[in-house]
Amino acid sequence: MTALTTAVRLPRADVRAYVAGGSFIGLGLVDVLVFTRHHGDAVFALSLPGAGVQVPDVHVPAVPTVLALGLVTIAAGFVRALVDLSSLAKRVLIGVALVGSLFALLCWADASNPVGSMNLIDLLQGTVFAAIPLVLGALSGLMCERSGVINIAIEGQLLTGAFAAAIVSSAVGATVGLWFGLLAGSLTGGLVGALLAVFAIKYLVDQIILGVVINLLAIGFTNYLYDRVMVPYANLNAGNFFTPYKIPVLGDIPIIGPIFFDSTVILYIAYILLIVIQVALFSTRWGLRVRAVGEHPTAADTVGIRVLWTRYRNVILGGMVAGIGGAYLTVGSTGQFSTGISSGFGYIGLACMIFGRWKPFGATAAALLFGFCRQLGQELQLLNVPISPYLLAMLPYVATIIAVAGLVGRVRAPAADGKPYIKA
Amino acid sequence: MTEQQAAVPAPAPEPRRTRLTAGVLIEAVTEGSPTIITILAIFSALVVGGVLIVVSDPVVLRAWDSLGYAPGTALSSTWQSVASAYSALFEGSIFSPTTVANAFHGGSIAAIFYPLSLTVYEATPLILTGLAVAVPFRSGLFNIGATSQFLGGAIVAAWLGADVSLPLVIHLVVCVAGAMVGGAAIGWIPGALKARTGAHEVIVTIMLNYVMANLLLYLLSGHHLLQAPGQPNQIAAPVAGNAVLPHVGGPPPQADLGFLLAIAAAAGVAWLLSRTTIGFQFRTVGANPNAARSAGMSVERTWVRVMMIAGSLAGLAAATVVLAGGSPPPPLVPSTPGTYGFDGITVALLGRAKPAGVILAGLLFGALNAGGTNVAGLTSVPVDIVQVLEGTIVLFVAAPPLIRSIYRLRSAAGTGMEDFAKGWNG
Repeated sequence: MTALTTAVRLPRADVRAYVAGGSFIGLGLVDVLVFTRHHGDAVFALSLPGAGVQVPDVHVPAVPTVLALGLVTIAAGFVRALVDLSSLAKRVLIGVALVGSLFALLCWADASNPVGSMNLIDLLQGTVFAAIPLVLGALSGLMCERSGVINIAIEGQLLTGAFAAAIVSSAVGATVGLWFGLLAGSLTGGLVGALLAVFAIKYLVDQIILGVVINLLAIGFTNYLYDRVMVPYANLNAGNFFTPYKIPVLGDIPIIGPIFFDSTVILYIAYILLIVIQVALFSTRWGLRVRAVGEHPTAADTVGIRVLWTRYRNVILGGMVAGIGGAYLTVGSTGQFSTGISSGFGYIGLACMIFGRWKPFGATAAALLFGFCRQLGQELQLLNVPISPYLLAMLPYVATIIAVAGLVGRVRAPAADGKPYIKA
Repeated sequence: MTEQQAAVPAPAPEPRRTRLTAGVLIEAVTEGSPTIITILAIFSALVVGGVLIVVSDPVVLRAWDSLGYAPGTALSSTWQSVASAYSALFEGSIFSPTTVANAFHGGSIAAIFYPLSLTVYEATPLILTGLAVAVPFRSGLFNIGATSQFLGGAIVAAWLGADVSLPLVIHLVVCVAGAMVGGAAIGWIPGALKARTGAHEVIVTIMLNYVMANLLLYLLSGHHLLQAPGQPNQIAAPVAGNAVLPHVGGPPPQADLGFLLAIAAAAGVAWLLSRTTIGFQFRTVGANPNAARSAGMSVERTWVRVMMIAGSLAGLAAATVVLAGGSPPPPLVPSTPGTYGFDGITVALLGRAKPAGVILAGLLFGALNAGGTNVAGLTSVPVDIVQVLEGTIVLFVAAPPLIRSIYRLRSAAGTGMEDFAKGWNG
């Protein structure tokens, strides 16, 4: 069996080059052979209907474009397989191959439907919306795990946050109620974080067990309260939500504006949290201490950092961030709570955090990739492409597996992640 | 403070005490042996559940409003509320006195065992998915994907059961084996990806759950695929009679062969882990992958094997559900996998990732599920109380220091949870 491992291990770089090059060529062949079947123009809309500034639609002749993209992708495949490249060049080639094939796919899908046209703004806006709870969930996980506590309870924090936001915003009512709802969602997430912290730090419960159990409890509690409170008193689940707020000036920029700056306030809160957490963790003394606690708590303790206090604080703060993500699911989108509304976003957020190597921007990129694939599947369905909607729905999950296996590979968690600190 | 004491080995008992069995027993209680801790944890969870039942019962709350002038009513309605819920739980899962009374008056004797058979029926897939999570746990892997492996098995079992026609016994064997292969194939993916590329098994298993759920939806959406002929809904064709698991003793809903398969699988896992070289490698890789590698074991190959075994166990769980001994067996629908995969995690945790523990935990959760349906039917308490109870039980069982501090027990060494994967780095 050692022979097998060494056989795989020694020429790993070569094998990778052949596999990567081969898959590029495969993608290119799909472009040339399959996606050239529909003639006519592919039309891409670049502004939403009714937007203030209209950008003209882009018309592309489908077959020549797809052919060109396919040939470029095949060429990229040959270069990747046969030429020894720098890591930057490799990344550029991956980008060329993926973006090329993606556009070929879009041209094909769009040209197949003479009536409808693909709205790229809609696609990208949907991407951002889908990514919001994932980013906030991943940031929550990151805050906890950088200080050495594994947070699988993101799902539970999202769920309870969503519930609290819906019920409080409905009870208070009006626009101010939404803000109270957001606050309540955040605090509830923090409360679940506190539960996680107490059991993980004080009672030394295995943190993976703990997270799974908290999620189970969150589902049980919210279902129970939904049946007992929201069903009999429908006015406590009124379905209030934040109307989109357009940021002045930025929101009017064509193409970018509607995607990033004309949206729910929770998106703007997510921007702020993303930047704050990135800067705080990696550019401040505070963050250095947090990371020290997560990597080597004994050393941190020796130099006078309060290990347990740091962990309590970070886990609770992380819970509050996830609670905002939960609030997005109700008051940030359609307003109403339904049982199991978090539908696995917490687990996908966890995957984004690992995929993004415990870094805020890495996790965001992962969340955007996921959101994009999800939205792409839905848009393709709207264009009536001859692929089952269920297979299209697999797209984000398969893409994540491929990305994790093909691009990211082995990741390393903070060294003390999941290990309770017992002061000697 | 508690953690420090926990690290210190328990002091040797005094000689005078060890001679008395009662004394030993008292010591076991006061020092909190794992069994005592588990019993106290279940008791505490029931107390928490009772509080939840009371505070959400409008009748009780109204009675408490008038506590000042009718304290008796408040207390009795509180007792009523909790007692009726818990007796419904007990009668739905273990034994109902009325069935005995009926049996004396000419009723069916089999009815006495009806609740127990429901418990066993509910416990069967939980034990198997519990094992599918427990085996990777012992090897340092976290299998969140029992659902996907279950689905892999379910699809193969439904296909072989409906579209192939074979003689009695052989058909069943082929279906069960096929389900295990189907599960193992899905389990192979995260194992092989981790071994080859280092892709984290948690990400891959989470994503595979969704991929497989959508695959099932796809297969159930076309008549040329798995969908039953002439069916507008997403329902698979029924499994042929030859492929159904036979009942063990008496008419339905007595336990079927699936439960025996689950017990046999647990015994097989116990044997594999403790008596074979492969099992030793599993545990060594779980305890310390670097040491395992230095000792010449292939950590990568072990990961693949572990995940394939886990997958085959989840596939077997699917076989016990899809080929269940109902008449006719319930066909495969998108909701068939339910929460078996995730419940498997809690069952594995409660059973401390040991086969015997997993059987007991599976039976407990099976009883709670069976009884929960009865609670929801007979009282105004929603069935979700069961989930809260299950979660609270595991939480308390996993936190011996908490139970010790609640019941003022002296501390003993260890938490019993040392066999688990402790983090992402294995």
